[in-house]
Amino acid sequence: MHWSTIIYCGIVTYLTRFSMIFLLKKDILNEKTKKVLSFVPSAIFPAIIFPPIFLDSTGSIDIESNPKILASVFAIIIGYFTRSIIGTIFAGLISYWFLIFVYYQ
Amino acid sequence: MNDRLKTLSKGIIDVSPLMIPVVPFGIIYGVIGMELGLSAYMTFGMSIIVFGGASQIVLLQLFSGGASSLVTITSVGAVNSRHLLYGAVFSEYLSHLKLTWKIILSYVLIDQAFAVSNSYFKENRNDNYKHYHLLGAGFTCWTIWQISTILGIVLGSVVPDELGLSFTISLTFLALLINDFRKFKNVIVMLVSGIVATIGYNTVPFQAYIIVAAISALLVATLLTLINLKKK
Repeated sequence: MHWSTIIYCGIVTYLTRFSMIFLLKKDILNEKTKKVLSFVPSAIFPAIIFPPIFLDSTGSIDIESNPKILASVFAIIIGYFTRSIIGTIFAGLISYWFLIFVYYQ
Repeated sequence: MNDRLKTLSKGIIDVSPLMIPVVPFGIIYGVIGMELGLSAYMTFGMSIIVFGGASQIVLLQLFSGGASSLVTITSVGAVNSRHLLYGAVFSEYLSHLKLTWKIILSYVLIDQAFAVSNSYFKENRNDNYKHYHLLGAGFTCWTIWQISTILGIVLGSVVPDELGLSFTISLTFLALLINDFRKFKNVIVMLVSGIVATIGYNTVPFQAYIIVAAISALLVATLLTLINLKKK
C-alpha cells in the first residue's frame, strides 16, 4: 500500500461528498436518479459481504460446514426482527464463535 | 446559550446513539489494518485522509487481495457514490453558505451525519444556523472514528487471529442493510451484487469484482425502478 493510493482514495471520497453540494444550486436530480442512487448500498455492500463468507482461503466456493454462512443467516434473522445494527453484528459474531469454538470442535 | 451553540449541541446529541456501532467498527478497522501488516501511521492516516468506514475497509480488502491502485481507487469511488445522493439532498439546505462552509461540511458528510441532519433540516428549514447541526454531528462522528481507530491499532497486536474478527466486516455491512431486507426489490439487487461478486472474485481480472458487481446490481436496480414507474 502506498500513501499515494490512500491520498487518491481520500480525494475521490471527498469529491463524492463535495461535488453535489458545490455544483447544485437547488436539488436538481430527478426522482428517478434519486431512486436509483438509493439502491447504491444494496448494490455495493453485498459485493463486499459475499466473497469472504462464501469463498475459502483458496478462493473456491465453500458451502458445506461453513460457519460464516450459518452465522450470517442468524444475524440476518436477528437484524430483520430487531432492526438493531449493533444487535445484528453481535448476534452474528456470537453465533460464529459458538460454531467455531463449541459446535465444530 | 446562543442559537449556534444550541444547534451545534443538538447535532452532537442527535448523532450520539448512532456512535455505538461506530466504535466496534473503528476498532475492527484498526485491528485488521495491523493484521494485514500496514503501519500504524498508515492505518491511522487513512482514517484522517479518507474518513469513511466502508471505503477504508474496501481499501484494506483490495490491498490484501493485491489489487492495483487504479482498481482500488475506482472501487472506493463506487462505494462512495452514495454520497452524491446525500450532497444532492443537502444542496437545497446548504447552497446559500460560503464556500469555506461547504468545504468543511463536505469532509464530515458521512452516513450517520447525513441521517440525523437530514431529519433536522427537514423540520427546521428556517433555522439560519441549521448547518451547525451537521457540523456538530459530523465532527462527533469524526472524533469517535479517530479514537476507535487508535484503539484498534493498539489492540491489533494483542487480539488473536483465531477470533476471526475479519468476519465482523461482513457483519457490519450486513447490519447497515437491515432496513433494506424488508424491501423485495432491494433484496433482489443485493443477491445480484453478492452472486456476481462471488463468481467474479476469481474470474474478473484485476480484482475489479466489486465494480463489476456494483454496476450489474445498479443496472438491475434501474430496470426495477423503470418497471415500477411504468406501473404507476
